[in-house]
Amino acid sequence: MQPVVYSINGPVITVEGATGFQMMEMVYVGEKRLIGEVINISSSRTTIQVYEVTTGLRPGEPVAGTGGPLCATLGPGILSNIFDGIERPLDVIAKQSGAFIPEGSDIPALNIEKQWDTTIRVKEGDRIKGGEVYATCQETSIIENRALCPPDLTGTVVSAAPDGAYRVFDPLVVVEDGQGVRHELCLAHKWPIRVPRPVAERRPIERPLITGQRVIDTLFPVAKGGTAAVPGGFGTGKTMTQHQLAKWSDADIIVYIGCGERGNEMTQVLKEFGELIDPKSGKPLTARTVLIANTSNMPVAAREASIYTGITLAEYYRDMGYHVAVMADSTSRWAEALREISGRLEEMPAEEGFPAYLPSRISQFYERAGYMENLNGTEGSVTIIGAVSPQGADFSEPVTQNTKRFVRCFWALDKSLAYARHYPAINWNTSYSEYLDDLAPWYAKNISPDFMACRQRIANLLLEENKLMEIVKLIGSDVLPDDQKLVIETARLIRVGLLQQNAYHRDDTYVPLPKQLKMMQVALYFYDRCSAVIAQNLPISEILETGLLDSIVKIKYDVPNDRLDLFDNYYKEIDSKLEQLVRQL
Amino acid sequence: MLQFTGLSEINGPLIALEGVPNAAFEEMVSLKMDNGENRFGRIVQIDGGRAVIQVFEGTRGMSLDNTRTTLLGHPMEMPLSPELLGRTFNGAGRPIDGLGEVFCEKSADINGKPLNPVSREYPRNYINTGISSIDALATLIRGQKLPIFSGSGMGHNKLAVQIVRQARLSGADADSFVIVFAAMGVKNDIADYFKRSFEEAGVMEKVVMFLNLSNDPIIERILTPRCALTVAEYLAFERGMHVLVIMTDVTSYCEALREFSSSKGEIPGRKGFPGYLYSDLASLYERAGIVEGCPGSVTQVPILTMPNDDITHPVPDLTGYITEGQIVLDRQLDQTGVYPPISVLPSLSRLMKDGIGEGYTRADHSDCSNQLFASYAKVQDARALASVIGEEELSDTDKKYMFFGRKFEEHFVNQGAQEDRPVEKTLDLGWQLLSLLPREELDRVSGKVLDRFYKPEEAAEKFA
Repeated sequence: MQPVVYSINGPVITVEGATGFQMMEMVYVGEKRLIGEVINISSSRTTIQVYEVTTGLRPGEPVAGTGGPLCATLGPGILSNIFDGIERPLDVIAKQSGAFIPEGSDIPALNIEKQWDTTIRVKEGDRIKGGEVYATCQETSIIENRALCPPDLTGTVVSAAPDGAYRVFDPLVVVEDGQGVRHELCLAHKWPIRVPRPVAERRPIERPLITGQRVIDTLFPVAKGGTAAVPGGFGTGKTMTQHQLAKWSDADIIVYIGCGERGNEMTQVLKEFGELIDPKSGKPLTARTVLIANTSNMPVAAREASIYTGITLAEYYRDMGYHVAVMADSTSRWAEALREISGRLEEMPAEEGFPAYLPSRISQFYERAGYMENLNGTEGSVTIIGAVSPQGADFSEPVTQNTKRFVRCFWALDKSLAYARHYPAINWNTSYSEYLDDLAPWYAKNISPDFMACRQRIANLLLEENKLMEIVKLIGSDVLPDDQKLVIETARLIRVGLLQQNAYHRDDTYVPLPKQLKMMQVALYFYDRCSAVIAQNLPISEILETGLLDSIVKIKYDVPNDRLDLFDNYYKEIDSKLEQLVRQL
Repeated sequence: MLQFTGLSEINGPLIALEGVPNAAFEEMVSLKMDNGENRFGRIVQIDGGRAVIQVFEGTRGMSLDNTRTTLLGHPMEMPLSPELLGRTFNGAGRPIDGLGEVFCEKSADINGKPLNPVSREYPRNYINTGISSIDALATLIRGQKLPIFSGSGMGHNKLAVQIVRQARLSGADADSFVIVFAAMGVKNDIADYFKRSFEEAGVMEKVVMFLNLSNDPIIERILTPRCALTVAEYLAFERGMHVLVIMTDVTSYCEALREFSSSKGEIPGRKGFPGYLYSDLASLYERAGIVEGCPGSVTQVPILTMPNDDITHPVPDLTGYITEGQIVLDRQLDQTGVYPPISVLPSLSRLMKDGIGEGYTRADHSDCSNQLFASYAKVQDARALASVIGEEELSDTDKKYMFFGRKFEEHFVNQGAQEDRPVEKTLDLGWQLLSLLPREELDRVSGKVLDRFYKPEEAAEKFA
């Protein structure tokens, strides 16, 4: 007997009597074939969360199981595309149904008609095992797509097609496994989104994800294969930070998940990334980007799934040997989707109405990041950068607190910095990165042995300033001795000249690491030289009148990223101006 | 059509009906009482043959056996036609101006459908409001949702009326500018105030009004913004008009939602509001925007009163996470007589950067606003210090900041309720005020810009 809908409560429906469903099985609900997932089974009832609007659904409409879990389709054609939370291509939906998204559109994720120029990498009689490459094709101008043997399959190639143009579901290779069963492999395959893709082993973390953002690369670096959280109240620039990282970080592939956020923002990413040129490859950024858009007015259950869809796509490219960065904006919306579904299931709530399994879900998500040795021997990484939107900008709320436990890099965005239009508004006192020790050898080897020492001095000056500001707030800065005033002035130089970065400036939007180092060194040189002359009783007010500070602050605009030789002039200027002052003394 | 006699349960605005074989989720029902009164409702939950219905007009006078229910076979719809302009409706979208039913061209589901991000056009063109602190510092962009965060007793209604009266589009689009006004749980005299102001400004024939007053049923209040936005989408995307939607007061809307949720017995989230408040608000706010290839736009200015002036209250908090910026009113400024009492620092327009500057407002706009923000932020530090050590003890620079701060509030933020300040004048005023500060303090702009706009003598004379 065909199972039918019994009760409907928003996105949660139940089916009476049927026992054939599996946990997490994907099902089609109703005449419109809305996509849903089984989330609870008892002897009398099966509960299903539906990924689309259930308006107009009636009890008695059929529910059809698919026999398998909710899967992502993985194959060429993912990059440069924009999908909804369950990997339906939004541009195809727009072409079919117009500007507004209808429910029940069952559209394949990938273009199944498009032909890809494929090179077959195996021949008859070859042994093949899980993860090995059997075909490649050029997915975008910069990314080669590698079709990988399913992880659990080992066997012998019994037939292989010649090189040529193939569609994603055309059979290319037939493999016979140990039991004599034959498997047809094509360019695309499916993978359940809630199951991490297997790897050979986890490698230690030792390379930074270079973002070109000074406050991140210099003060709080994140590693390839690492995890970072960006918490901040509204208007503090979470999305802006995520956009900057998506544009400039040195990952091969970017998966951008807009989870429960604004529609206009996704449109912006779509338009802007199409126009921007990647500095490394000289191609549009879209050639390495895939967007998952579940805006805040799209169905809530699909919001919950969008995070998993995104991370599955990321793991797919990691297995090919690429470095992938996942931007999830915002994980709080995902947690709220969990809460909403949990409330409809009448589960016992834990903190602030969130379900008790919130921490375990968050940790499962972040643990899918890592620097891995893949089954085929290549190395790849998935880095996760999750935005968190704390309620009332209060970092003690459950999502922020639980995220903090499972990430190793924390970039706390600060309201007062944002109010003063100090961007990126990453607060240097409350942020941290646990990757400093892991990455120190890389910085020493590839940039300069001085890098970490400079970074530490910069951090110390900021800390010192923070302490002095307590005094200044009480009695004003006039009473401080000159050496402490110098700390305050240098810290201001660091804040304005180094930490503030202008995303709209041609040079300043991305700054390579050697320039970041030079900028630190100039600031520290200024501090050291001034300390020396102040010790000789030169009043600081005279130093301030030289305009040195101003010219160092403007280095970020005045020195182009490829003219590091210009830095010498600043050392000369500092020396000559200070010597002049000392002579006058 | 099948009719069902009697009910099985009544609880607040909700009734339950047993033995309904073929109800659809969110289907409309008509309820006929024995005394001839007709009410409407909507199915909100189905459990087999049992349907839970929310009654828009409330359940007063209903008993378990004096009501007959008819399923209408479609979700809640709003009749649509260009003739809606100039009309007034109640919260559930029925005319209350005595001009009879609307002859409709079509009707549409009031819940709308999510706009595909691929089909959106990124908003870029600004709306001139003639209010300095908005135009210069938190520019309203066509297709944006920019709420006003206020508190009880502050002049948010006056400000909204001023925006409606002065809002102008540039060039050829000026004629196609219309207003949809949704009042949710506002007081009778506030609704009157809006109506009167629209009449005085002579824009009444360009306004569609939806009035759900504070003593009207709360279920209708949940429908009010949806009806209004359905009309707005129709006028914008099918009739090519530029629609400004004013929704006041979102806090009352959310409280209605809370009341409804608790009568359904749902598990409450923060401050008793339902866990889906974010999704629910998003389903309203996200209906602002521009569709690619359509000449029209929907711009939203929701107004909400922050309970106890608390910006971290769930309603302003969740709103701020969805909307593209916010305009925050400040009680202290209000008390010192500054109108509009816009608190500059927390106010923000996210879409501003792409809709200002050369070709829209003026090339120096972003320099001017960035520097004003940065300098005014320093005024706050100087004031904090002055409150500890006294203004006399401040350094010279800090004293200049104090002076700049006072003049900025008096001359820039403050303006008359009838004063329509052109954006050029606003920007010039901004530079004049900045010229009160020492030149080296203006660290957000390049020397070239300063050479052109920094005129300390002129400023000293003007603000002496």
